[in-house]
Parts: sequence; structure tokens; C-alpha cells
Amino acid sequence: MAADTVFYAMYDDDDVLKNGAKKLVSKGVKVNEVFSPFPIHGIDPIIGVKNTRLGIMAFLYGLTGLMLATVGMNYFMIQDWPMNIGGKPSFSYLENFLAFVPISFEFTVLCAAHGMAITYLLVNGTLPGVKADNPDPRTTDDKFVMELRLSENAKFSAAELEALLKDTGIVELDQKEIK
Amino acid sequence: MHKEAAIREPLILGHKTYHEITEDVCKPIEDKAPRMWYVLFSIALIIGLYGVGCILYLLGTGIGTWGLNKTVGWAWDITNFVWWVGIGHAGTLISAVLLLFRQKWRMAINRSAEAMTIFAVFMAGLFPLIHMGRIWVAYWVLPLPNQFGSLWVNFNSPLLWDVFAISTYLSVSLVFWYIGLIPDFATIRDRAKKPLSKRMYGMLSFGWSGRAKHWNRFELVSLVLAGLATPLVFSVHSIVSFDFATSVIPGWHTTIFPPYFVAGAVFSGFAMVQTLLLVMRKAMRLEAYIHTKHVEYMNIVIMVTGSIVGVAYLSELFISWYSGVEYEAYAFINRATGPYWWSYWAMMTCNVISPQLMWFKKLRRSLLFTFIISIVVNIGMWFERFVIIVTSVHRDYLPSSWSMFYPTHIDIGVFVGTIGLFFVFFLLFTRYFPVLALNEVKTILKSSGESFKDGKAVSPAYSLDEQHLAVSAQGNKEDNNNEH
Repeated sequence: MAADTVFYAMYDDDDVLKNGAKKLVSKGVKVNEVFSPFPIHGIDPIIGVKNTRLGIMAFLYGLTGLMLATVGMNYFMIQDWPMNIGGKPSFSYLENFLAFVPISFEFTVLCAAHGMAITYLLVNGTLPGVKADNPDPRTTDDKFVMELRLSENAKFSAAELEALLKDTGIVELDQKEIK
Repeated sequence: MHKEAAIREPLILGHKTYHEITEDVCKPIEDKAPRMWYVLFSIALIIGLYGVGCILYLLGTGIGTWGLNKTVGWAWDITNFVWWVGIGHAGTLISAVLLLFRQKWRMAINRSAEAMTIFAVFMAGLFPLIHMGRIWVAYWVLPLPNQFGSLWVNFNSPLLWDVFAISTYLSVSLVFWYIGLIPDFATIRDRAKKPLSKRMYGMLSFGWSGRAKHWNRFELVSLVLAGLATPLVFSVHSIVSFDFATSVIPGWHTTIFPPYFVAGAVFSGFAMVQTLLLVMRKAMRLEAYIHTKHVEYMNIVIMVTGSIVGVAYLSELFISWYSGVEYEAYAFINRATGPYWWSYWAMMTCNVISPQLMWFKKLRRSLLFTFIISIVVNIGMWFERFVIIVTSVHRDYLPSSWSMFYPTHIDIGVFVGTIGLFFVFFLLFTRYFPVLALNEVKTILKSSGESFKDGKAVSPAYSLDEQHLAVSAQGNKEDNNNEH
């Protein structure tokens, strides 16, 4: 990445940050990131975070699980080794379907939940051993940090951005040069 | 901003700020453990190790060391299994079903209830495994290609459904729990001073840094997992009940079993949550977050599910007579008046009468009373499973094979041992894990916190304009606070 100046504006209240972000965005400032100890409801549309599509993934994983369970049970119970248990022969999948409902359901849930959880961790990049990169340790406690980049706000100068930020009720402002 | 009616009792008492919530939850983990913790931990560990010893002896000798006989082939093992699975139902119900219903009071209790769920399901899973006798072939319950043909497991059998149900339930609950834990571990990581705990919590928190996009995903994942876990909770105990209901044993062969078992499971699960939380909130000074209102809410759940269980007992009794099947009728006459009458009436008293006392507001808001009832309910629910299992089989179709069940010391040792192990796990959890979903609790501070309800909030106000007003009014407010 090219050399850039990053502003970390710290707030001590989620609603102040939200209002500040609204104000900045209306002036054409691009907010790059927000770090918060808990989800700030309503911040996503303001700073342009799109809704996640993980729900669709969960559905697809669930569908995969359902399919696997169906194919598997059909093979084990009907095709490969049909057993006559308690006078109930295994002629066709459809006739024996009722007995397969519980496991079809369980396996669907199993695949959907785990598939989604693994995808969630992967796309987040939150995995065992990964180092955290929140700009200040207090952002997991009671502080909220908004991150702006100079390169993404080409029409403003550093001084102008600083002035804009200071007008939004910040408690601290940090500036960092990255190479 | 989600406003809440002022007449609703606040969920967070006192004038907490975000930082105070972090402090209150993290302090007990960062401080040295109190002496009482070591005492309890040692007791639990000794009992748990005794249980492990009994299990090892059982595995070395065979399940003949249990008091089972030709007539009573299932007794304490399955009783304990169903009891533990039942206890393991509250956690996911609290976090999943109550999340879907947007019940904010769940946030204070979901973390520890889920931990309890997971440990209880561990204990439950132990019983079918050791019941196999040859635990080293436990993998035979999975449909793996093998040298017998391949001879597959029987997918028509409720016992196999149970394998899938319990393992799905355990692993999905574990994932649900852990995903919620990640941000809270990050909080502890960022506060940690000692290098070792910084490293450990750094590892556990998976590098969480609280980005907006991550929170967006987090919320959706929690919601979808809740949606998936809700039918799962109901299915698991339904399937456990199928172990009995699909058989042809009088007393087991009833269609009422699935809802009856699910209600019973929620009933006993909430009772166990009460037992644990009433002690935990006191010991860890979390009274501001888990207070009388939470206890009252849980008592209402206990009352409702207890009533469902009561109705189920009575309809079972009625149907056994109304069906005209004499085997069925005898099974129930034998339960109530046979040699195990005392367990039947213990069950009836503990499970049908005691939850009805919760109709009295005074009683359901009394912490001591709740604690006693929660233990009574757990005893009652153990007896329920014992009654269903042993009294239904001990008098067979053939009077010549009628017999009784007497537990051996191994039976008792394994059961008591699992209670010990359960507390070992739970005590470790309270020592090293954030016992409250602290970051989730912060999201309800402004809508359900006491100070925001009575307008005494000293932390920043709702909007920027209001904040300026608040700052100018700060002086007056602080004066007011001093007067209190």
C-alpha cells in the first residue's frame, strides 16, 4: 500500500459516533472503518457497510447437508444392504422416508451451522493465532474508534479532516502515517 | 434507539457505564480466586475423580458391575443420561429461543446457561458410551465402511437418531457459545497485564478487533444460529423420547412423550440454571445484572413448563385407563401403588406441586425459595426418568420374570461422579471465562439500564445535541448523585 495518513477518532459513546459519522458522510467524507466493543445498530448504512450474505451461505450449507443425508441414507438402507427390520422391509426410499426425517433434519442443521460458522471465521479472518489490529485496546471496552484515510478522502487536506473530526464530539484524535 | 416503557423494571441495576460493565465481569477473572473457589473445586474434583475411577472399573470389568438384571436392562444409566440431556436444554433455549423473541433479559444469563448446557451434554454423552461396555468400539455407531459386509448402522432406530441428535446438539451449542465468546475474550485480552494471560486470551479471541463489518456478520450469524438451534432444541429431546415411545413397553408406548419430554427438559434445565446462577451472582458480585427480575422470569418459565409436565402426567394416567389396554393400565397402577410408589409420589410432589407455588409473586421473587425449589425440581426430574424407565420394565409381561432394581456402588459412583465432573467444568468456566455476555449486555444498557430509565445517566446522552445539554447539566446531576 502506498504511504497514507490514517486518522483514528475516538468517541466514548456509540450514538455520538453514529451522529458524527452521519455528519461527516453528509459532507462527503469517506469513513473507512469503525471499531466498537459491541454492534452499533444503524451504523452500517451510514458508513456504507453492505449487509452480509452469510445467511444465503447457511441456506446452501443446509441444502448440502440435506442432500448428503438423503443420498447417504438411501445408499445405506435401501441400495447397499436393505434390511427387513421388525417386518418393515426397505424397498424404496419414499416408503421408509418417515424413519429418515429425524436424521435428515439433524444433518441439515449440523451442516448449516458448522458451514456458516467456519465461513464466518474465514471471511472475518478471525482464526486461532491471528493478531488483533484494533487501534486502541480500549475499543473492546468502552471506546469507539472511527478510522479515516487521507487517500480515500482526496478532496480534503489533513488539516481539513482534522477540523471536521474535531467538530463531532470526539474525545481523542490519533494520526498515524503508514507506509 | 429502541425505547422501553418506563414501567418495565430495568435489567441492569445501578448507574453503570460501559466501562463498569467490563470491570464487573472481568474483575473476578483477573483477581485471585477466592478461597471458597478452591474449596468447591477440590470437592468437585475429588468426587469427579471418584466417578472416573468407577467408570474405569466398569470398563475393565463390564457393565455387570451395575445392578441391571434380565428384566431391568435399563436403569440408572439411561435415567442419568436423560436427566443430564434435559438439564442441557435450558442454555440453548435461553440463547436461541429468547433471542428470536428479542427477550433482553436473556443477555445476562445466556453465557453461563450455555456453558451449563455444554457441560451437561458432556455428562449425558458419557452414559451411552460407557453403557456400550466396550467403549473402544464406540465408533461403530457411525455409518463407516467396515469389514462386516459393509453392514451399516440402522437408520430406522431411534437410538441412532439419538447419536445424530445429541452430537449435532452438542457441537452446534458449542459453536454458538464460542462465537459469542470471541468478542468477550478480546475484551479480556485487551485488558490483560500478564504476558501469559494476554497470550492465552489472544489465542482464544482469534484476533477479534470489533470492525463494523465483523459485527454485522456477527449479528447475522447469531440470528441464523438461533434460528437453527431453536428447532434443534425441540428435536433433541423429542428424539430422546422416541427411544422409549417407539418401543412396545407399556408405560413407554405413548404419543405424548415428545412434548412431555421437551417441557420436562426445559423445566429441569431452568431449575439447574437457577441453582447455579443464584450462587454465581452472589459469589461474583453480579447482582446488578442478574437480579430478582431475571429470577422471576425464569421462575415463570419453570411454572409454565412444570404445568405442562403436570398435565402430561395426568393425561398419561387418564389415557392408560381410558385406552382399555390392561397392560398399560397396570403399568400406571404399578407406578403409583407398586413397590416403587415412593419414587412416583416423589416425582409428583416435586414436579407437579412445587412449580405451582410460583403463582405467588412473593414466592417467585424470593431468592431463597427459588433456590430450594430449583433443587427440588432437579430431584423430581431425576425421579421422573427413574419412574418412567425402571417402573415400566421391572414388572414384565410375564410375572415369572418380575424383579427389582438395586443400584450397586458403581451405579451410584458413576452418577455422583458426573455431578462432580460437571461442577469441575463449571467452576473452571467461572474462573477463566467471561460469565456474562458483557458486550451484549452493553447494547441494552441504554434501553434497559436503570440510570437511563430514571434519567440519572452520567455517561454520554442519546444524541450529540442532547449530549451538549447533558454536559452543561452535568454539574447539577453530580450534585444529585452525591445526595443519594
